[in-house]
Amino acid sequence: MFVPCGTAARRDFKGFTLLMPSVSVGNVGQLVIDLVISTLDMPKVGYFYTDCLVPMVGNNPYATAEENSTELSINAEVYSLPSKKLVVLQIRSPFIKNKYRSFCQTVLSWVKSSKCARVILLSSSHAYQRDDQQLHGTPLRYLLSPTIQKTVGDQMQKLNWKEMEKVAAYPEINNAEKVLHIPGGGITKLLFTESCSKEIPMAVLLKFCSEGDNIPDALALVNYLNEWLQLIKNESSSTTTTASHWKIPSSWRLLFGSGLPPALF
Amino acid sequence: MATFFGEVVTALSRAGVDEEEAEREETPEDLEIRRELEKKRCRRRWGRDLLTLVLPTGCNAVAFLSSFILDSVRWEVVGAVSLWNEWCRTLDATNVLPTDSFCLFYRLISDPTVLLCQCNCHVAEDQQFQWLEKVFGYIQKKDLQVIILSTCPVTNYKTPESTLTLPSPFLKALKTKEFKDTICCPLLEQPNIVQDLPAAVLSYCQVWQIPAVLYQCYTDVIKLDTVTIETFKPVLSSKIMASLVKDVPESTEMLKKLLATNEIHNNIYT
Repeated sequence: MFVPCGTAARRDFKGFTLLMPSVSVGNVGQLVIDLVISTLDMPKVGYFYTDCLVPMVGNNPYATAEENSTELSINAEVYSLPSKKLVVLQIRSPFIKNKYRSFCQTVLSWVKSSKCARVILLSSSHAYQRDDQQLHGTPLRYLLSPTIQKTVGDQMQKLNWKEMEKVAAYPEINNAEKVLHIPGGGITKLLFTESCSKEIPMAVLLKFCSEGDNIPDALALVNYLNEWLQLIKNESSSTTTTASHWKIPSSWRLLFGSGLPPALF
Repeated sequence: MATFFGEVVTALSRAGVDEEEAEREETPEDLEIRRELEKKRCRRRWGRDLLTLVLPTGCNAVAFLSSFILDSVRWEVVGAVSLWNEWCRTLDATNVLPTDSFCLFYRLISDPTVLLCQCNCHVAEDQQFQWLEKVFGYIQKKDLQVIILSTCPVTNYKTPESTLTLPSPFLKALKTKEFKDTICCPLLEQPNIVQDLPAAVLSYCQVWQIPAVLYQCYTDVIKLDTVTIETFKPVLSSKIMASLVKDVPESTEMLKKLLATNEIHNNIYT
């Protein structure tokens, strides 16, 4: 459930765009959300308190100074920037086994009750599962639910983006029947199909990637998102934003663990 | 994400990156776990008007409270939460610490608004929410303050230097927004995080605006250890704990007894 923090915090986000991640391969969606919150300096407006995620706490992951480093953060929080009509849900831990369906129901129910205009789900999919066609060209894909197709379908055409391909349900046996397949995408497919059936305007932006140093993947996906939403302006003459435009959060330090013991060498 | 050397490490937990293609039939073991988890086992004899809840988790934090705070004269047992998961061990021998599958609740006789919960058993990820509901569900949140003590392997602590060079054990704290008292050690810096039951309790307190503090001891010893236990000593000077401390000779005696009992049980020749 959404629990606002502070007495003045709003409960509805009528007309806002909701960004949220799927916990997926490389945690790319979550890294993108971190970049958005950090760069736009979005204030926290509430918690998404749920029994579906593994509990975790830590100090402010977006701290920039001693003064703002001591605010406690939990596993799912909501940030908002009314000036851009943007609300963001960040998820910081995996699902508890058999709880992912319950989480999908809860989050979609919150989307409806908070009156968000649209939802953009940031995700990723296993690069090694790409077929021969997908190995070429851009590794970025999008999906639109029927409700949002009406409003932004043309924009996607102008951006020259590539829609996520459907794959054969039974390869080599029956290539006619095609299904949506997002391996490594976590709850992406479930959230998307539920949004389609519940008439929720949802767009999915995803990148093919593998586990490893996924910061470049996150930067690629956030730039993809920015092509559409224009969250940050591009000052230079190039057509795409670069890594330097996004503020890396302080919590991204030591992503691969502590320093190595000198005796190792 | 992968580790430094590129391998993908699977965390040992029942958390799932649930994908539809990974759904499978429940095994007999899964069914047994589900049946045991669904049994509601909680005895409770404390009132709603609690002001202080002290929660040590893990053997060293539990031993610290047993040595320096708890005794049979000033405290009475008022409840228990028993739970079952595949990490529980059954112990037939009686000892001064709670058995592995119980969380025991003690109330201060002279001040029934103070409750201490000794949690020496592992509360699995999918039990933590229900544990919180059972314990906090009957306590009024107004004027409540919570102190949690826990330990964690020092290898989980992230630092630019190697963890081998760190002077462990050492204490770090995390507190909720509403906690205004002085803390007795440095705060836990990013990118370090806390998990398990202490994280569940602290999250609950942060969301529902309850003043709470967690003192986490990073140690390189996983079993009962005097040095680790004594690392918690600065906590005794805090406002919540100062009035609850026992006499020093009594504490030292109790600590020796606990360690001796634990050594006997860990001796493979008995």
